[in-house]
Amino acid sequence: MNLSRLVDYFLPWFLPLALMGVWFVGSRSGWIPPQELPAPGAVVRSAIALTKSGELPHHLGTSAKRAVVGLAIGGGIGFLLALANGLSKWSRNFSDSSVQMLRTIPHLALIPLVIIWFGIGEEAKRFLIVTGVLFPIYINTFHGIRSLDPKLIEMGRVYGFGPWALFSQIIFPGALPSILVGLRYALGLMWLTLIVAETVATDSGIGYMTMNAREFLQTDVVVLGILLYALLGKLADGTVVLLERWFLRWNPSYRHA
Amino acid sequence: MSILIADTPQTARRSALSIVDVSKAFGKKFVLQGIDLDVAQGEIVSIVGRSGCGKSTLLRVLSGLEMPSSGHIVVGGKSLTGLNRAARLMFQDAALLPWRTVLQNVELAAPNRDRHAARQALTHVGLGERANDWPTVLSGGQRQRVALARALSSRATILLFDEPLGALDALTRLDMQALIERLWDETGFTAVLITHDVEEAVALADRVLVMEAGHFVLEQPITLPRPRDRTAREFVDLRERILSRVLQS
Repeated sequence: MNLSRLVDYFLPWFLPLALMGVWFVGSRSGWIPPQELPAPGAVVRSAIALTKSGELPHHLGTSAKRAVVGLAIGGGIGFLLALANGLSKWSRNFSDSSVQMLRTIPHLALIPLVIIWFGIGEEAKRFLIVTGVLFPIYINTFHGIRSLDPKLIEMGRVYGFGPWALFSQIIFPGALPSILVGLRYALGLMWLTLIVAETVATDSGIGYMTMNAREFLQTDVVVLGILLYALLGKLADGTVVLLERWFLRWNPSYRHA
Repeated sequence: MSILIADTPQTARRSALSIVDVSKAFGKKFVLQGIDLDVAQGEIVSIVGRSGCGKSTLLRVLSGLEMPSSGHIVVGGKSLTGLNRAARLMFQDAALLPWRTVLQNVELAAPNRDRHAARQALTHVGLGERANDWPTVLSGGQRQRVALARALSSRATILLFDEPLGALDALTRLDMQALIERLWDETGFTAVLITHDVEEAVALADRVLVMEAGHFVLEQPITLPRPRDRTAREFVDLRERILSRVLQS
């Protein structure tokens, strides 16, 4: 019993740790040439050096800010739009089919236009992230609201709920499982967009740091950048998993997750 | 506050709910046709009939969720214009909010979100111990009991039951029928009970109405003493009489 719980706990760590082990041993034995993939020690050393010089915190901060601001704007727009279209037939008729059309455009295809419109400043990156996260949030929130049990809404009406109570007690919590799925999906797209946006035209951020290092064949910094993206992505995803566990604890399928 | 009314003649009691010449049409199809019915305070009226005879629509009109095409509903001396605030509708599905605990579900119906009243109502239906559980872990019968507690804690005087026990197993259904009768005896609510189970109607109601194609075709008062013995000859005779009229349609 205790042993199986221990195994359950550590099993997810096995694959990443094994990969690290192979990397470590491979670099040590010279099987992996350092100019192609630097040793773990070299990556750690460059992380420390870049942190001391202040470069890494600066780039990390810029990237994180871009991600959060873009997510807030895009997620907000997607959420409000889905709310309007989920609750009002008029609004749905007016905009849903247009939104569905727009969402089929791969947002990274907009990069040339975006550079013409916004130049290479912060607005361009923000715009790309906004278009990346807007649609997953929209689609999932919309779906969550539309698939609510109509009996619950009717119950609310019978018990004299006003519009705000209907929303806060029934519609929002009912749509929340879908909204959080949308958020997880949006976070994935957020990092993806950020990486691309920061490698195209910029002078700060982890993407820039990585691209810049490539020019000088600093593979340790390149690998560091990639690892940072993986860590940040995992961190963001883990946060949503925690949110799911707390807000959806009523739902048996999330309780023991 | 037990109100014993079984012996008082119906004419002497005040009317809780009146249906006056109500018709309801969806498009060109008339679902209800010139229905008249007077329900006295504290009376349990049961409506039986085949699926699609219009009984659920009648209940929705009584709750104010649907407006009649013609005629009107009178509640407490006033004609109904919107939702029927005195009435609570109970469906086959308990319609509990899964993201609220059992107690919170009852609380949201209580006046001023009175936690104490909610707890009392839960104890009343025998679920005081489950107050902090999620509705998803309850059985079907327990969920219906929570829905009943919710309706009671809202201080509604009229309960409209739309086959509330239809999805429960036979044993649980018997328990629930006994519970409804007990709560009715203790609180004296007025009830309109729609069911396809004629035995349930005869066991609980003061009056059973058979509905067919949008109007009543039989009205049968039930004056047997409570709690009713389902094997007594009078009970069986009444049940058969009503059932044979339902089957004729």
